[in-house]
Amino acid sequence: MNDAARDTAAPTVSLAAEYAASGVGPVLQQLDDELVGLAPVKQRIREIAALLLVDRVRAKFGLASEPPTLHMSFTGNPGTGKTTVARRMAEILFKLGYVRRGHLVAVTRDDLVGQYIGHTAPKTKEVLKKAMGGVLFIDEAYYLYRQENERDYGQESIEILLQVMENNRDDLVVILAGYADKMDQFFRSNPGFRSRVAHHIDFPDYTDANLLEIGEKMLAGLSYRLSESARAALTQYIPARRAQPLFANARSIRNALDRARLRQANRLFSEGDQALTLERLTTIEEADIRASRVFGQSPGA
Amino acid sequence: MRVTQGCFSFLPDLTDDDILTQVQYALEKGWAVNLEFTDDPHPRNTYWEMWGLPMFDLHDAKGVLMELEACRKLHGDKYIRLSAFDSSHGWESVRISFLVNRPPHEDGFRLERIAGPGRTQRYEIRGYGLDRPEGARYR
Repeated sequence: MNDAARDTAAPTVSLAAEYAASGVGPVLQQLDDELVGLAPVKQRIREIAALLLVDRVRAKFGLASEPPTLHMSFTGNPGTGKTTVARRMAEILFKLGYVRRGHLVAVTRDDLVGQYIGHTAPKTKEVLKKAMGGVLFIDEAYYLYRQENERDYGQESIEILLQVMENNRDDLVVILAGYADKMDQFFRSNPGFRSRVAHHIDFPDYTDANLLEIGEKMLAGLSYRLSESARAALTQYIPARRAQPLFANARSIRNALDRARLRQANRLFSEGDQALTLERLTTIEEADIRASRVFGQSPGA
Repeated sequence: MRVTQGCFSFLPDLTDDDILTQVQYALEKGWAVNLEFTDDPHPRNTYWEMWGLPMFDLHDAKGVLMELEACRKLHGDKYIRLSAFDSSHGWESVRISFLVNRPPHEDGFRLERIAGPGRTQRYEIRGYGLDRPEGARYR
């Protein structure tokens, strides 16, 4: 808004004040601080936050402010932070006053689809009831639709979901998540979903540097730290692990670090009699990382 | 005759927004919200039919309202009440209960005098609706 426009409008509302009052600033900041990489995702979340904030200001001026449709689909490879962001999303939307409670209900096909005729509808409705006023996160959403079986109960669940997504738009936000290719397939076979989901957010893979940073953050959260040489080892570990099958980005790193912690504990045990200092308790050494199978030295490790 | 039982029964019927507020209060207190319906609203009839299971794990009252809508669709011509049960130690009882739906036309009750032994007179109230068979009482 330029100065001239501000002078002509009779009552003014400060966007900055509104922003501060909403309490969304710290949440976005936290998102920035705690989540490494994911630039396009953060960008989109900022846009949504801005839209909701502007809508709120518009409402103060008595302008029409139809609440936007906020159903989203998160696509990306395993371990790219879809669930983490969904959790944050619930908080952001709550702070912006878009959802009333701000809780997240995370479900998969099992929670929605029943095992026999007539079992699916109550099950799906139960989940939807629980998610009212918050965010419903459907992980691996493409499993809802089984193309090869036209009598699959998933279809019934999809129909109920679509109906609620349309009729209760201001009561809950549905976030579908899954791997990109399968989700594309899913949306192709369910055009109703595609049109009702306004935001398609793609989660890019992390770079090696991102993953290293993520690993260090994870360790810091658990009061561990990497020694210099261990850090170098982890730097080598990441591309080596990426080259192997079933690489799951941050999740692979978490698993690797969990195993490193096991080895560290084991090492402390075997070194036995030495007095344990805080330093030794919290440091992960190079050997703990190098022992990984990824380096191809000890297949049994 | 307008049946009055439960909370708020001398107020005008609660709107859906009012119900939403009450239910949200109950949910925030951790009470299990339950829907029941009947076509025999005699005050001594405590056994109303349950509509689904009590809802104790919801965060938002809207979920209860969805169930209420579904219940009204099927049993809109009956009495529906909403109750909230407090399971905490020392209470373990219904904390709030109110009507959320009544039939379009309420027949009301009549007083019956029953002659007892000697000159004793016993009284009972009987809903006019009960003269008709179950399921056809409020159509």
